[in-house]
Amino acid sequence: MTTALSGQEVSRQIGERFPDAVLQSDEAAVVLRGESLLEVAQFLKATPGLEFDYLTSISGVDYLDYLEVVYHLTSMKNNHSLVLKVRCWDRDKPSLPSVVSLWRGADLQEREAYDLVGIAFSGHPNLKRILLWEGFEGHPLRRDYL
Amino acid sequence: MEMMSVYSSLELDRAEGLAIDELIARSQQPIPDPDRWLEEERRPNVLITSVDAVLNWGRRSSVWPVNFGLACCAFEMIATAVSRFDIARFGMELFRASPRQADLMIVSGTLTWKMAPQLKRIYEQMPEPKWVLAMGVCAMSGGTFAGSYSVVPGVNRIVPVDVYVPGCPPRPEALLYGIGMLHQKIAKDSIAVKR
Repeated sequence: MTTALSGQEVSRQIGERFPDAVLQSDEAAVVLRGESLLEVAQFLKATPGLEFDYLTSISGVDYLDYLEVVYHLTSMKNNHSLVLKVRCWDRDKPSLPSVVSLWRGADLQEREAYDLVGIAFSGHPNLKRILLWEGFEGHPLRRDYL
Repeated sequence: MEMMSVYSSLELDRAEGLAIDELIARSQQPIPDPDRWLEEERRPNVLITSVDAVLNWGRRSSVWPVNFGLACCAFEMIATAVSRFDIARFGMELFRASPRQADLMIVSGTLTWKMAPQLKRIYEQMPEPKWVLAMGVCAMSGGTFAGSYSVVPGVNRIVPVDVYVPGCPPRPEALLYGIGMLHQKIAKDSIAVKR
């Protein structure tokens, strides 16, 4: 069974390296600042003892006040997992750095979050709609859609 | 040398999007079910009725369905095809991978607007005479997704439907009953009537 790492414990390790990166943390998850996502993700992937080499899923969530992207990370090597969260307060032009350069599996899932929730991932090699067709108006999983 | 991209080109996507938007605009009203000829008064004609009898017997005894599984209903369709329910009893065991060899399209599952042009194309590639069976409430009316942003509210917006089988999903018995109704419908067909 994969061990779920404590968010607080991991955020302490992140904080030693990137003091401003973590917004808040609890047992379940680490909430990061959007602009530091890529460097923290690189740190989580490369640091011995963490080595999150596998991105299980990316989900986009609309909380009305802000949009959130949830990253489920897994380490195949150490058999543990972690939940990362990043928030966007700008509903009109939400933007986050893409993690495709680190985990190739992020490609389609970031496109899905872009398609349905409307979060633009900067640096994505092919950011366009994936489930809906080109020319569709709006992002249907936003809570203010319709 | 430039590397070939692994991604589809945006022009292709735009063309696809335009075709879908056009189809949505054209499909706002359901296509009437092709069954008016069932009620028509028919003058008995020795030659035509005997030809009809043989032809319709042949047609309804070997209705070959085209593979068109869209969602969870497809598994009930598959279950219908295997030994417990055994669709082969009705001469239908040959699920064709090619629409050109098929007579019946069992639309089993939720049809999205993105899939609709492909359904229409497969239907148009089937040779006459051809029939369509809408399996499950999603195919009938959009079901629980009717009014959604991406689901076709009934496949009769895209192709004319001969038999509707309700259920979510319908059990194999229900599908077999629907196929029985289709057989009855084919039995009433006549070469003298324009479909």
